[in-house]
Amino acid sequence: MKISLSPNLQAAADGEESISIVAATIGELLSKLATQYPNMSQHLDAGIAVAIDGQIYRDDWGKKIPTDAEIYLLPRIQGG
Amino acid sequence: MGNDTSYTDQKFEQVGRRVKRPDGVDKVTGRAKYGADAYAPGQLVGLILRSPHAHARIKKIDTSKAEKLAGVKAVVTYDDLPDLTGGNRGMMDILENCMARGRALYDGHAVAAVAAVDKTIAKRALKLIKVTYEKLPHVTDVDEAMEADAPVVQDFVFTSGVEPKPTKPSNVSGISQFGHGDVDAGFAEADVIVEKSYKTEQTHQGYIEPHACLANMSSDGSGELWVTTQGHFVFRNVCSTLLGIDIAKLKVTASEIGGGFGGKTHVWMEPVALVLSRKANRPVKLVMTRDEVFKASGPTCSTSIDVKIGAKKDGTITAASANLRYQNGAFPANWGMIGAMTAYACYDLKNVKTVGYDVLVNRPKVAAYRAPSAPMAAFGVESTMDLMAGKLGMDPVEFRIKNAAKEGTRASYGPVYGPIGIGPTLEAVKKHPHMRAKLKKNQGRGMACGFWFNFGGQTCTDLNIGVDGTVSLTVGTIDVGGSRASLSLIAAEELGIDYEQVKASVADTASLGHNDMTEGSRGTFSSGMATIFAARNAVEVMKGRAAKMWDIPVEDVVWENGGAKATGKAHSNLPPLTLKEIAAKSPQTGGPIAGHNETVADNAGVSFASHICDVEVDPETGSTRVIRYTVVQDAGKAIHPDYVEGQFQGGAAQGIGWALNEEYIYGKDGTLQNPGFLDYRIPVCSDLPFIDTEILEIPNPNHPYGVRGVGETSIVPPLAAIGNAVSNAVGVRLNHIPMSPPRILKALDEQAGG
Repeated sequence: MKISLSPNLQAAADGEESISIVAATIGELLSKLATQYPNMSQHLDAGIAVAIDGQIYRDDWGKKIPTDAEIYLLPRIQGG
Repeated sequence: MGNDTSYTDQKFEQVGRRVKRPDGVDKVTGRAKYGADAYAPGQLVGLILRSPHAHARIKKIDTSKAEKLAGVKAVVTYDDLPDLTGGNRGMMDILENCMARGRALYDGHAVAAVAAVDKTIAKRALKLIKVTYEKLPHVTDVDEAMEADAPVVQDFVFTSGVEPKPTKPSNVSGISQFGHGDVDAGFAEADVIVEKSYKTEQTHQGYIEPHACLANMSSDGSGELWVTTQGHFVFRNVCSTLLGIDIAKLKVTASEIGGGFGGKTHVWMEPVALVLSRKANRPVKLVMTRDEVFKASGPTCSTSIDVKIGAKKDGTITAASANLRYQNGAFPANWGMIGAMTAYACYDLKNVKTVGYDVLVNRPKVAAYRAPSAPMAAFGVESTMDLMAGKLGMDPVEFRIKNAAKEGTRASYGPVYGPIGIGPTLEAVKKHPHMRAKLKKNQGRGMACGFWFNFGGQTCTDLNIGVDGTVSLTVGTIDVGGSRASLSLIAAEELGIDYEQVKASVADTASLGHNDMTEGSRGTFSSGMATIFAARNAVEVMKGRAAKMWDIPVEDVVWENGGAKATGKAHSNLPPLTLKEIAAKSPQTGGPIAGHNETVADNAGVSFASHICDVEVDPETGSTRVIRYTVVQDAGKAIHPDYVEGQFQGGAAQGIGWALNEEYIYGKDGTLQNPGFLDYRIPVCSDLPFIDTEILEIPNPNHPYGVRGVGETSIVPPLAAIGNAVSNAVGVRLNHIPMSPPRILKALDEQAGG
């Protein structure tokens, strides 16, 4: 499964624009991200949001990821 | 029953009505209780001593004389707020912002606090506290703070987002890049390139109610806090962490809120009130003055932004870039990053690159302000879009339509869009009668677009049905704009009853599971979703009760039109049971009837708006009046149209103030010169025209009713819409917000060669 990374996350993945992780849920994806890319820890601490086919998920780690979905990781941000 | 959040195109009986809000009468008659309206027996008056310096080392704090003053019950400094954060830098920053620890980082930074039996004694005690300062060099301007020789605000901050990791501390806490494609190649393809730099000054949310709380710590270690806030559960968690209190032992009750707009998403002085109370063993009330609100709560960023757009003669944008420098006050944050994410979100761009710089200065910690960071970025981009349209000889609306993002567009911040509303808002603007209204001399029309993400979050809701059939809806999201009315409509819709049978209230933290802040335009979206599912759970309970009353299998019961109906020929003689009838028998059929839901309401659906603005500029005084204003925005589904329109109008009104007048003015000594509404002028009714609205409803596919958040996006376009209107009125392009009379006069003078 191709996981695209926003530019600010790419340095933590050896400069790659995308990485490959197989995961059924957002929780599994983030868990594998932490294991496979230890440099992601500071971004995971700050918060990473997961866009599945353009819909942004910040907290729902149980969300299932369709196998053919576009997955994009970006910073988790807040509103006012 | 699973919680299917998919949009279903449901037909509505209650949703969409313009009913009266349950808190309305209390608010207009003065009965509503705000942050400063609480009272506890034996309460003390708390006051905070604040730094008069922009940046200073605190060499000594002598509180001995204040402590000896009769009537003083507690004096606290940072010694009373030990570091219990366990190395969490973010929590430490919150603690240090509440009370300076060895250094005052901005004018107004708290350095000590007192609790006394009355205000006179408390004020006298503050004067008796002797603080020995050593003034340090300061910096308050975002561009100056980035210079190599600028005073370093925080020596633990090293720029993140650059390789190799810097070895020296910097005021640039982070650099964040977004985009795709090859902008250099895109600019090389362009027939026309426009580049322009912009500045926006710091503004405050300007909520009328100052920060206020009543803290009451017991000698057994438990405590209560009454407070004006956008999120009392989050306040509870933060205060508990900072002060070492078990979460379950701190009960926080939210008052009515007299405006927040992002500014009440942070604790500013509440931990100090709790510490004063703990030390005095008495309740302590702390209410900020307006001066304190300006100096020591969280305004939005000031910014400095460079924008570059290239386009073909036919109007196709070939490349777009922006460098966005945002000052975050004295503590690291990511406001520049958010500006970089939002800047070009409205457009379908093959090549785009934005770089956000987060910069520390000696100003108060910055907080969110309605779609935080987006208005400043939009000011730069949307002003440049108009300049480009002018160079191409294209209508500004047509130029935007040609380049608007649509379903399938890769957003400039990364993902591919689903169904979105920027195109429809632009088409609505194009058709709107406002665009064809005639203008007079010195009048001009401008338009601009805006984007905001919208967010959901943790949510927990209870719904209890009384024996008389009325419904208590208990939510944990603060009502900042009429959400209790909207949520009651949703409950009524699901139960099949009238709105008047439902009463919604906001629970304290001991009565409901955790709810995140009301921020990110999430109140009605998130609690609405939880209300739908709580009501559906209650319906399942009522179907069971009806089955018991009829003595038939529950599988033979359906819920229709606000009551239970037995299905099948065997039960054709059973008349339907109304909700009221089922509720009346509840004591005998199993006890109270309730529905509950806890959820993470994610995937709130992005939001777009397009605004039209007419202004009249007085070329002699530089004064600008907004004479007509129209907001077009996608709401997904307007649960309560009045309050959707209210959000549209409120955001536009705040944007107008930001665009024309509001500005933090710092002196050379780094102190704030205008911390009051006399010198910091927010718009009042007489400054504003009626703000017209048009609600578009492009359903969010991930909400049962199609709801999108509506609370923030409408503050994004006004800065640029007004800038474009001023340019069209008098022919000068203002690149510095606010476009106050002196700036407009200067621009007019320069245009005239003066």
